[in-house]
Amino acid sequence: MLELRYFAWLRERIGTGQEQIDTKAETVAELIEEIKALSEAHAFAFSDLTAIRAAVDQELVEFDTPLTQAREVAFFPPMTGG
Amino acid sequence: MDIRVQSESFDMGAELNSFTARVEGAGAVVSFSGLVRDVAQGDLDRMQIEHYPGMTEKALTAIAQDAITRWSLADAFILHRFGDLRAGDPIMMVCTAARHRADAFAAAEFLMDYLKSRAPFWKKEITGQSAEWVEAKSEDEDALKRW
Repeated sequence: MLELRYFAWLRERIGTGQEQIDTKAETVAELIEEIKALSEAHAFAFSDLTAIRAAVDQELVEFDTPLTQAREVAFFPPMTGG
Repeated sequence: MDIRVQSESFDMGAELNSFTARVEGAGAVVSFSGLVRDVAQGDLDRMQIEHYPGMTEKALTAIAQDAITRWSLADAFILHRFGDLRAGDPIMMVCTAARHRADAFAAAEFLMDYLKSRAPFWKKEITGQSAEWVEAKSEDEDALKRW
């Protein structure tokens, strides 16, 4: 089981900030395809991937990153700190 | 190094004094504080700041460590708030200490540039009429290229 986390408008569109997924995805990109198939809300939230960033086990990564040993994958819009 | 992520407000004068008192062997201390700006129409009710507990602390620590190594800083401090804030409230503060001022200034700018687009915070502006997530600016991403 992989822990999923969503933040900001991604969390609002999906309707939850945290859920689990039973996945065989080998990369972040493959995982996104599986998440999009979960519901219409998920598909809508992930419709524009240029507006989404990902972190694997709390490290910012590219979408082609392998999920080997990953426990937690987070998705969120570009950060606006400061 | 001191990294703090908190919902409570803070006293920037007291933080700067306490940072300066801890520093050894520096000839320059630079601090920057960011405040909640009102929106263009001037009717900001509040700003909500969301963050990713755990990753936030890791990201800020990595950014501060990078600055300390790169400019041989005597010390660095980052404080960033989350939760509900109002116009004029302090959001965040960075302090850097170095032997000379050029390094302290450069490191403070580097910390600001990086924590704007590499630390997992998201701002939402709530006015009487709307609630909008603040969009990341391409200038903020471009600002990283100079380092």
